Amino acid sequence: MSSFWSAYIFILTGISIVGLAILITLTRRMKDPGGEGASTTGHSFDGIEEFNNPLPKWWLNLFWITIVFAVLYLIAYPVGNWDGVLNWTSQKELTDAQIAHDRRYGEIYERLASMPVEDLSDNPQAMRIGQRLFEDNCALCHGQAGQGSYGFPNLTDNDWLYGGSGETIKASLVNGRRGQMPAWGDALGAQGVRAVTEYVMQLSNQDNVNASLARQGEALYNASCVACHAENGTGNQGLGAPNLTDNVWLYRIPGESIRDSVQYTLNNGRAGNMPAWQNILGEERVHILAGYVYNMSNQ
Amino acid sequence: MSNSTTVPEEQTTYNYTVVRQFSIMTVVWGIVGMLVGVIIAAQMAFPELNFGPYFHFGRLRPLHTNAVIFAFGGSALFATSYYVVQRTTQARLAFEGLVKFTFWGWQAVIVAAVVTLPLGLTSTKEYAELEWPIDILIALVWLSYLAVFVGTISRRKMPHIYVGNWFYLAFIITVAVLHVVNSAAIPVSMFKSYSAYAGTMDAMVQWWYGHNAVGFFLTAGFLGMMYYYVPKQAERPIYSYRLSIVHFWALISVYMWAGGHHLHYSSLPDWAQNLGMVMSLILLAPSWGGMINGMMTMSGAWHKLRTDPILRFLVVSLSFYGMATFEGPMMAIKTVNALSHNTDWTIGHVHSGALGWVAMISIGALYHTIPRLYGQTQMYSISLINAHFWLATIGTVLYIAAMWVNGIAQGLMWRAVNTDGTLMYSFVQGVEVSWPGYVVRMIGGMVFLTGMFLMAYNVWMTIRSENKTIAADTAAQPA
Repeated sequence: MSSFWSAYIFILTGISIVGLAILITLTRRMKDPGGEGASTTGHSFDGIEEFNNPLPKWWLNLFWITIVFAVLYLIAYPVGNWDGVLNWTSQKELTDAQIAHDRRYGEIYERLASMPVEDLSDNPQAMRIGQRLFEDNCALCHGQAGQGSYGFPNLTDNDWLYGGSGETIKASLVNGRRGQMPAWGDALGAQGVRAVTEYVMQLSNQDNVNASLARQGEALYNASCVACHAENGTGNQGLGAPNLTDNVWLYRIPGESIRDSVQYTLNNGRAGNMPAWQNILGEERVHILAGYVYNMSNQ
Repeated sequence: MSNSTTVPEEQTTYNYTVVRQFSIMTVVWGIVGMLVGVIIAAQMAFPELNFGPYFHFGRLRPLHTNAVIFAFGGSALFATSYYVVQRTTQARLAFEGLVKFTFWGWQAVIVAAVVTLPLGLTSTKEYAELEWPIDILIALVWLSYLAVFVGTISRRKMPHIYVGNWFYLAFIITVAVLHVVNSAAIPVSMFKSYSAYAGTMDAMVQWWYGHNAVGFFLTAGFLGMMYYYVPKQAERPIYSYRLSIVHFWALISVYMWAGGHHLHYSSLPDWAQNLGMVMSLILLAPSWGGMINGMMTMSGAWHKLRTDPILRFLVVSLSFYGMATFEGPMMAIKTVNALSHNTDWTIGHVHSGALGWVAMISIGALYHTIPRLYGQTQMYSISLINAHFWLATIGTVLYIAAMWVNGIAQGLMWRAVNTDGTLMYSFVQGVEVSWPGYVVRMIGGMVFLTGMFLMAYNVWMTIRSENKTIAADTAAQPA
């Protein structure tokens, strides 16, 4: 802040606080007997008269206490360019609290972070911490029990977009993931989308599949979809392309038919976004969280 | 009192038409605003009641706040300020045309809010959500209000200006400034604009506005009301002229500084947060000055509380005012704010002011005014006023007690830490614990709303039994 604006703040603050002090000092000196039988000011407004009782002592004292407190506080803490005699900043207070936190609990996290992700399942302390971290950070999307919801993967079914080993789960947490299903509506046309939909349904053995449409769809699938979802629809965890044969539907609105959901996906595409947690939680906590999620799916 | 059927031609008559209009709309908008409040309170307890998109909590909540603050509170302020300024200056309202415009313009603003907010048209600024074309109408109405009020005061028949009118005038002037500065925006279409300020500065301007909307709209304006109706209903002189001077100047100068406390623990610079905090503490004494002056005015008239439910409304409203203006400075202390910030405690605090102070004093003032507007000495039913008083008090207490319990539970749960450094409770556990409080809050709101229906019936019956042969006492009374 420039010294001009700092001076501006000092002057305005000073005028306000000193002005109040002057106001209550001057009005206190005014003489009036007060009390019942006190004279009124002589004004009358629609029949309302006014006594001129003195300011209550306890009220004035309260006023003075707050003024003195304000002045002392602004000497101790920053205002304008003045840093305050205590040299306090909110940033410093936060950093100090974080350092104290690490000093107190750091050993626990260091120890757990040195264990392989898979082994954390057997460590009750890691599972307790992991559950707490999960409920505070992950449950909003993935659900309190990791059951997932529309667009957010179920973490308990051992069906993985990117792989379910301890280190892969940790990688998903550390860097996040970005799933991209392109929109095929224009390329395939309405008829093509219908055909591919039937084929995709056939891959997971759904009832009431239109077999002739599915045959047409298979040809289109092998031309356009196979690169990511692989032959026979088993998917590709390297790309995060879902397995289409397992009857798990990430983007199915409750109550929606599988057919409608797949058609929508083909027409419009889908975009999934898992944020990167490394910078938010730090590597040690992400490691423990990976252990918790691993345990969740392997129970 | 009400026997002046023939008014000498040279004698001033008061304009009661606009006072009647605003008084009736106060009751109507009170019911509408509080009904929406009960609906969103129910949505908090039972989320299935969210019917999207138009009747979703996110769109009804600003409708509730706008309806109770600006439609209900605003109409009460217009009604009483027009009544009080005429009777305490013995002058008729100035600028007849502008007076009409303030009524119809203000109603148009409210109807526009009722339409646009559920449609999702919003500037996103709290208590200033209305989009720019409506903002311009508000500014025009408000400047007309200012012209009428100042014009009327300048016609007064005595040298002094009554203290109630200082407060009303400070409220009108300041709200004009707050509204124009905070609503400054760049329109991109008829229904969309972007704030003229960016980032933290935008937040600071918003809460300078937001806090002074509380300070001037909901405090100074209603103190103006208090300064007329308490001495009038108690038939006692004001306790201390001197105290009214001191606390008036202290209140209006210090309120301006306090908005920073809404942004504690945010990206607002430390020094601005510090100033917001200490000025909020200094604000305690000036705020209490009004309560003391009102309460002490009652000395010698306390026995009237036994028989006069209107006086009960006024006195209890002053008690809630005193409580809320103590609670506010306490919550502005950073260490207290660390617990209370973002919890239901804040909602409870606002409603001890909104229900306990603003609504109760408006209701008391209207019960005093409405019979006098229709040539009568009292309301149709005193026992209905009494029933309304108890419903309002019980509703307010249920509401704020539920929010205190919820707020403190949430604040404590959010900061509780396990021995391994993790948080003891997940967010949703705090929501689970809050559920009974949400139900009690909803019931409190329903109880309060029930009282408003009694009021509507009582007002209706009072107006219906207007004695046409005895015209309302519109002739100015010699002091």
